[in-house]
Amino acid sequence: MPKSLFQKVWDAHAVRSLANGQTQLLIGTHLIHEVTSPQAFGMMRDLGLKVLMPHRTFATVDHIVPTDQFAEPYRDPLAQAMMDELRKNCAQFGITFFDRATGKQGIVHIVGPEQGITQPGTTIACGDSHTSTHGAFGAIAFGIGTTQIRDVLATQTMALGKLKVRRITVNGALRPGVYAKDVILHIIRALGVNGGTGFAYEYGGEVFDRMTMEERMTVCNMSIEGGARAGYVNPDETTFAYLKGRPYSPKGAAWDAAVAGWRSTASDPGCHYDDVVTINAADIAPTVTWGINPGQAITINETVPDAAKATTVDEKSSIEEALAYMKLTPGAPIKGTKINVAFLGSCTNGRTSDFQEVAKYLKGRHVAPGVKAIAVPGSQIVALQCAQLGLDRIFRDAGFEWREAGCSMCLAMNPDKLIGDQLCASSSNRNFKGRQGSTTGRTLLMSPVMVAAAAVTGAVADAREVFDVNH
Amino acid sequence: MSLAKISSLAGLGVFVSGNDIDTDRIIPARFMKCVTFDGLGEFLFHDVRKNADGTDKPHPLNEPRFNGATVLLSGANFGCGSSREHAPQAIQKYGFKAVVAEGFAEIFYGNCVTLGIPCFEAAREDIAQIAAAIEKNPAVELTLDVAKQEIRFAGQTVKAAVRPSARDALVNGRWDAIGELLEGLPAVKTTAAKLPYLAA
Ligand code: SF4
Repeated sequence: MPKSLFQKVWDAHAVRSLANGQTQLLIGTHLIHEVTSPQAFGMMRDLGLKVLMPHRTFATVDHIVPTDQFAEPYRDPLAQAMMDELRKNCAQFGITFFDRATGKQGIVHIVGPEQGITQPGTTIACGDSHTSTHGAFGAIAFGIGTTQIRDVLATQTMALGKLKVRRITVNGALRPGVYAKDVILHIIRALGVNGGTGFAYEYGGEVFDRMTMEERMTVCNMSIEGGARAGYVNPDETTFAYLKGRPYSPKGAAWDAAVAGWRSTASDPGCHYDDVVTINAADIAPTVTWGINPGQAITINETVPDAAKATTVDEKSSIEEALAYMKLTPGAPIKGTKINVAFLGSCTNGRTSDFQEVAKYLKGRHVAPGVKAIAVPGSQIVALQCAQLGLDRIFRDAGFEWREAGCSMCLAMNPDKLIGDQLCASSSNRNFKGRQGSTTGRTLLMSPVMVAAAAVTGAVADAREVFDVNH
Repeated sequence: MSLAKISSLAGLGVFVSGNDIDTDRIIPARFMKCVTFDGLGEFLFHDVRKNADGTDKPHPLNEPRFNGATVLLSGANFGCGSSREHAPQAIQKYGFKAVVAEGFAEIFYGNCVTLGIPCFEAAREDIAQIAAAIEKNPAVELTLDVAKQEIRFAGQTVKAAVRPSARDALVNGRWDAIGELLEGLPAVKTTAAKLPYLAA
């Protein structure tokens, strides 16, 4: 019987059924970071447990690292304590830690793929909701909580109920100036922030076939914002080409065997999906959020919703709540909304290709007066690649602050924060109230090139017009 | 490894009076910005124990005579408020092994059981009797029997209920999913051996 990739990976990793009906699922790769793992290690110590597969556990530090200070100790003693704790835990339990001194540190969802740790047909878990990113490689990747981190550390398994699979096909070709970020914002807008509850999303179709791995990661990254527990793209030649020669990729004869195995994990033609959604690529336009969840999005030429025109009571109250917080005018065009901060980075759009694409348009331009613009590479390797390409220079010349690798202003657990009710054009993934470090701070999610357009004009703008992209 | 079968435990007690003691009182939200749950014990009941300048307020936990207590006794609806796991963690890290109250908030109760902290529900008069005995002599040993659902102290015995599912879980050492997952380890190894990327 033909099977989906999800089904194949699930079957291969299902250890046994548990008393409560869930499955004990083997987790092949466990990624950890400083925020959610320390308590789990505390639990391990309390219970006298050992890490079952330390060689399948990899750590990095991302959330709390200051991006304007490399040397330790950090100014925030709590950040330093979290760093020290992770270092200690990794040393004690024999876990590989991509510490800053290794030159491989970065946001966990950028480091895994970069190192070739993220591979097709595997299961991956990490105490972080955006673990879905790794699905870009045809892995089934789950964000988990602290107690589950402990479970995976100790048993390399976790208890999980099986998901349904929704196939999302995007046919045709994206128009110029439309990016992977717009694709996922469009999907979330169409299906809702809870639309994916109980599902894994399988993304496919011509648009995904043509996408680079970086673009596939951008889409899979935000599966969680659509409520899906996981999201993936079937592995293909693009996937294999990306993985070839990476530090943790199989070598020599093992490479050929691995590729054959990976190829066979892709969904079989005619396999069963619990739901199917088809989207026409030509319908996708540059998209911007106006509200306080990633589903509250409009295209750049639309107007801010008006609660008076809502068709249901729920819709009315959600628009009212969002606009009260966002301080945007109902019915006004989103285009032209003044911004205070431009943030480029995060596990959604903090990879080399993102900076490369922006640099193409930023060259010879300057950030508008009064706008604070920061560019934060997602990893030290991204930073190095950008330096080799001379991109850091282009960003600095344009008036961006060019920072060290980390999560930075995506959630502001480090010193990079919005102040007061500043409005930020952001390439990150969440626009929740207070997400960027100020309880009244406001976030508009958009593609990196749209962030750049907002940065240079000082207001939300159509990047296709600002940068003269033919459309 | 298997989890401890918690069918009975003994220790000294301390009585913290009051009803509706919420999780914010147990561990104020600002202490959740922590590296490990380990340090949380220090901040247990922080804002009712400490003045702004760091000096002590009158509170049973600040009295040296109750220093060795491992059983926390309180009033009705203990642990209400937010569902933060940090509250039972703080109680456990402080050194408490069990909580006795007139009643508990649902989520708090469940969180406690997952951590292997038995919660006993006893009548107000009975808790008052235990509290009086401790007050008279803090060295009086309490024996909390999960299986028999009773507390014995100073030659007396009072009824103390433990909910059936929790009792079963504690007595059989199944209070945390980790137990069942660990039991599956031989099967985990078999499954892993069949996967090329793990077998290598
Ligand atoms: S970049 Fe943002 S979303 Fe990604 S892991 Fe860091 S904090 Fe989370």
